[in-house]
Amino acid sequence: MADEIIHFVEIIIGVFLVAVFGMIFGLLTKGIDRKLAAHMQWRVGPPVIQPFLDVKKLFCKENVVPRNAVAWLYNVAPIVCLTSVIAILLYIPMGSIPPILKGYGDVILILYLLTIPSLAMVAGGFASGSPFATVGAQREMVLMMSYEFPLATTIIALGWKISTLYPGEAAFSLTTFTKYPVWNIMGPFGIIGAIILLVVMILVTTGEITKVPFDIAEAETEIAEGVFVEYSGRNLGLFYLADAVKTVVMASLIVALFFPYNLSTYLGSSIHLPSIAWNAIDFLFYLLKLEIVIFFSMTFIRVSVARFKVDQVVKVYWGYLTLAALIALVLIALDILL
Amino acid sequence: MPKPNRSFDKSLWVFHVNTGSCNGCDIEILAALTPRYDVERFGIKLVGSPRHADALLVTGPVSRDMVDKLKRFYEQVPDPKEVIVVGSCGISGGVFHESYDLAGPVDRIIPVDVYVPGCPPRPEAIIDGVVKAWMKLERLRGENR
Ligand code: SF4
Repeated sequence: MADEIIHFVEIIIGVFLVAVFGMIFGLLTKGIDRKLAAHMQWRVGPPVIQPFLDVKKLFCKENVVPRNAVAWLYNVAPIVCLTSVIAILLYIPMGSIPPILKGYGDVILILYLLTIPSLAMVAGGFASGSPFATVGAQREMVLMMSYEFPLATTIIALGWKISTLYPGEAAFSLTTFTKYPVWNIMGPFGIIGAIILLVVMILVTTGEITKVPFDIAEAETEIAEGVFVEYSGRNLGLFYLADAVKTVVMASLIVALFFPYNLSTYLGSSIHLPSIAWNAIDFLFYLLKLEIVIFFSMTFIRVSVARFKVDQVVKVYWGYLTLAALIALVLIALDILL
Repeated sequence: MPKPNRSFDKSLWVFHVNTGSCNGCDIEILAALTPRYDVERFGIKLVGSPRHADALLVTGPVSRDMVDKLKRFYEQVPDPKEVIVVGSCGISGGVFHESYDLAGPVDRIIPVDVYVPGCPPRPEAIIDGVVKAWMKLERLRGENR
């Protein structure tokens, strides 16, 4: 009984820490992204703490609820969006620190949880009773349906390989992915497959966090910020936070699936430090990996290309990326058979 | 009205309303966003919806058709807000002075805080106008304290 209570308290403290970390690091990431994007366009760019100032400002602005909106749904959607992305973060290992809710869920659960923030945005868009928001919500649904299949294929391909190599392990658990990094267990075909899957995953991330070129749901030049058109003040700030945390979540997922390496595993035998110090170093290394992944999945793509049309987005995801993911799946299957 | 905090000075989101301008001022506003002037380094951002905005950037002399739309834009911006008029024609009618279709200038329709004269004003002048808008926010903070 006492053990259970201690475990429970640990989880509550852990959830609190992860939530604070997710928001602060997410906002910082957004700031770094804006700074890097500005430098890539030969601008000076805003200070790195700009997103903090934006959120602080949004929270003190008036919170308008339109007269023809469904008020309760309109107000609840941003909260659902933020809490669900934080919930996903609880299932993802950070460096050598195991996830808070270790053993309670696996990648399949994360796949399902990932749809909730988008669904919350859709609900908020429909509830705000503006034609622009309705169009935005419909586009968000289209986007969600488009990237779901390549994402699922990626995870299934990786899980399949692990389950055939190590039948005893829980194939879809993120701890298993961390224990057997993808690049160590693959043969030559599998490596090619895994590289394709990595590219697919990076492009899915761009869509998942709705950034250019896949930001059809928030296209401010066509449909006036889409789903967020009526949102203001605190609600908009919550969506802003949720977007920041979601960036961290998606990048963490890529890091956990493809780059789960920790410095302590390789240097731990030659350099002797207390385990808490190694945890800290691994954590910092994990943050570095996150920033690199975010640079390639968000900043780099966002600055390089313009927005796709709706039908082009569907074509890219359902056509090219699904095809690429399936080819990778076949390659990995070959790798398993040979 | 909610009290504006210090972060307003560093994060002012503007919404651009064209009420029938010749497009000269609109181009100058865009020029202020380009790498040469780069107003984003002050946290100024052009947003796509008046609900997200802190400041309305109004250009043009307000043609008859735009009167009710301009009023609605003004009402849609959440408090605390301010209005910056860019260009001579929004201030006095400018080259459109005595036109049959003129309902403006802007301050006849909605309260205006900052005027930026010029036909069109230079991007430096527009940035200066936004700085003046910060001064209004500082005054609001002083009053509400
Ligand atoms: S002030 Fe001059 S340049 Fe600007 S919109 Fe009016 S007429 Fe055009």
